[in-house]
Amino acid sequence: MATVQDIEIPDSAARAAAIEATQDIQGEKMVLNMGPSHPATHGVLRIVLELDGEVITKADPDVGYLHRGDEKIAENMTYTQFIPYTDRLDYLAPLANNVAYALAVEKLLGIHDKLPPRCQYIRVMCAELARISSHLLGLGAFAMDTGAVTVFLLTFTEREKIYNIAEAASGARLTNSYTRIGGLMRDVPPNWLAMIRVFLKEFAVALEEANTLLTRNRIWVDRLRDLGVVSKEMAIDYALSGPNLRGSGVEFDLRKNQPYLCYKDLDFDVALGSVGDCYDRYLVRMEEMKQSMRILEQCCNKIPGGAENKSHEPVSVQDGKITLPSKQKVLTSMEELIHQFMLVTEGVNCPPGETYFGHENPKGELGFYINSKGGGTPNRLKIRAPSFINLSILGELLPGCMISDVPVVLGSLDFVMGESDR
Amino acid sequence: MSALESANKIKAKFGDLISEPTEFRGEITVKLAAAEKIFDVCQFAKRSLGFDYLVDICSVDNYGEDPRWTVIYHLRGVANGHELRIKTDVSEEKSELPSVLPVWRTANWHEREVYDLMGIRFSGHPDLRRILMWEGYPYHPLRKDFPLAGKPTDLPGVAFTKVTPMEGGPFVTLPSSSDSIAREPRVRVPEGAAPAISDQRLVGGKLK
Repeated sequence: MATVQDIEIPDSAARAAAIEATQDIQGEKMVLNMGPSHPATHGVLRIVLELDGEVITKADPDVGYLHRGDEKIAENMTYTQFIPYTDRLDYLAPLANNVAYALAVEKLLGIHDKLPPRCQYIRVMCAELARISSHLLGLGAFAMDTGAVTVFLLTFTEREKIYNIAEAASGARLTNSYTRIGGLMRDVPPNWLAMIRVFLKEFAVALEEANTLLTRNRIWVDRLRDLGVVSKEMAIDYALSGPNLRGSGVEFDLRKNQPYLCYKDLDFDVALGSVGDCYDRYLVRMEEMKQSMRILEQCCNKIPGGAENKSHEPVSVQDGKITLPSKQKVLTSMEELIHQFMLVTEGVNCPPGETYFGHENPKGELGFYINSKGGGTPNRLKIRAPSFINLSILGELLPGCMISDVPVVLGSLDFVMGESDR
Repeated sequence: MSALESANKIKAKFGDLISEPTEFRGEITVKLAAAEKIFDVCQFAKRSLGFDYLVDICSVDNYGEDPRWTVIYHLRGVANGHELRIKTDVSEEKSELPSVLPVWRTANWHEREVYDLMGIRFSGHPDLRRILMWEGYPYHPLRKDFPLAGKPTDLPGVAFTKVTPMEGGPFVTLPSSSDSIAREPRVRVPEGAAPAISDQRLVGGKLK
């Protein structure tokens, strides 16, 4: 027989004391160290979490474990020599970093709007392929951290194809270093456009499959909705960029707002979120991949010279003081020999001055501020790393979340530590 | 209204403190003569001119010149699309200027980075710690007088502070070269202290 026992605390002073006692137990907090080697931190990010039960009350992100001093290194070499270092910033999208850096130096030289059209188209295609590749990894890792492992396998199959395309163009799968100051390392092979067309066809199917697996998935939606909400004002105040900024509904895309290369001639939409939660950021990335496919298709059709470049459209600026002459000419002509010698030993002679160029990278705005005193090396090169700045919001975003939400929020911000720590 | 007009408005408000706006490759730059006014200038730029987005804070070491530091702020208005660069010089003796953290919260990590790598302090910053280098590191590596190869520090080895329990054990091989033990961070010992290495054949870092 069940009995109900009423516990009564008669006087108010005793009741208050009893409440205080229970609050004391609730108020006991624990400090938990997450990272730097934790599978959900996508590299070597460390977060010191203060927990009240399972709820985070304070979060202090600790970055710098991958600091290599890229900015210092840049001051000690020529502009061209720094290109391989840009591969290693956001190593999930090296092609986009190459394009961003080359454009930044070209802006200092004053030739960024005089690039040959074929070069511009190839660079746009490289940047968009990198965007798809980076978003695919971001999505795959995000889904896996949330418990949906299948998507990871799906996206990695597609990334492999992008690596093949990058390899066909540059010779390297990961560290491409495909751009040069004033152009490209070389023209793309004749079958390159065909490779991209095949990829686009297959990728559309795979993306749809990922879409079916996730977008209306009850578990996925429940875990992502209304989590890690970044308001419009907060996103601007913290200077978020890329999908994280647009996920909060701020219509700002450098490809539209400050068009560079041939983006003006291409038709694409900017994906926007409305709430600014993890789900919105996920949707923005999915839509961006679709838009990148649109851009790639248009580029395949519009690229000057077509697949085989029978009309011999140049892919580099025809200026002996900026780009290397052909080897044939170096061996037979004095002037080209001197140009080659000067370019290799002293670098591209940049004018004194300072410029900033921001590029819409997959992770956000990758900017290079170059301070030049003239000559072939920068006096100061500052990298505005989007991952670094996107991470700075964590201290504000995590408090109030459950500890199991941390991987979800981290996955939705999609950062890479190689870029953040430079 | 263009970015140049915004720059002129700042000049009209702050007068002689602001230089004539210069343009290079389509970018507008103004120079602020008094670094201690940077907070007021930034607040005015945000509140009255719509520069709500701080793209970047960057520092330059003009080694051998006076003033030694230049701190550069890249401002952007998201709604109007304007961009403006504000520069200000800071002398080496002072090495300090006001924090703009109350204006844009993104300035937090930028200022910590400038402090970490260049050693310029930001007064009013609530949490001015190192960010990329580790706490307790004695130098500011982006300074021009810091060598590219780095400098040795007196700090104990980061990875190992004590001799490992397996030291001299069955899996430790003999040193391959005369200085390989000295290079090994595990055996770094403070000067004057007894050598932690148990290998008695080592005298002065050389094999007997």
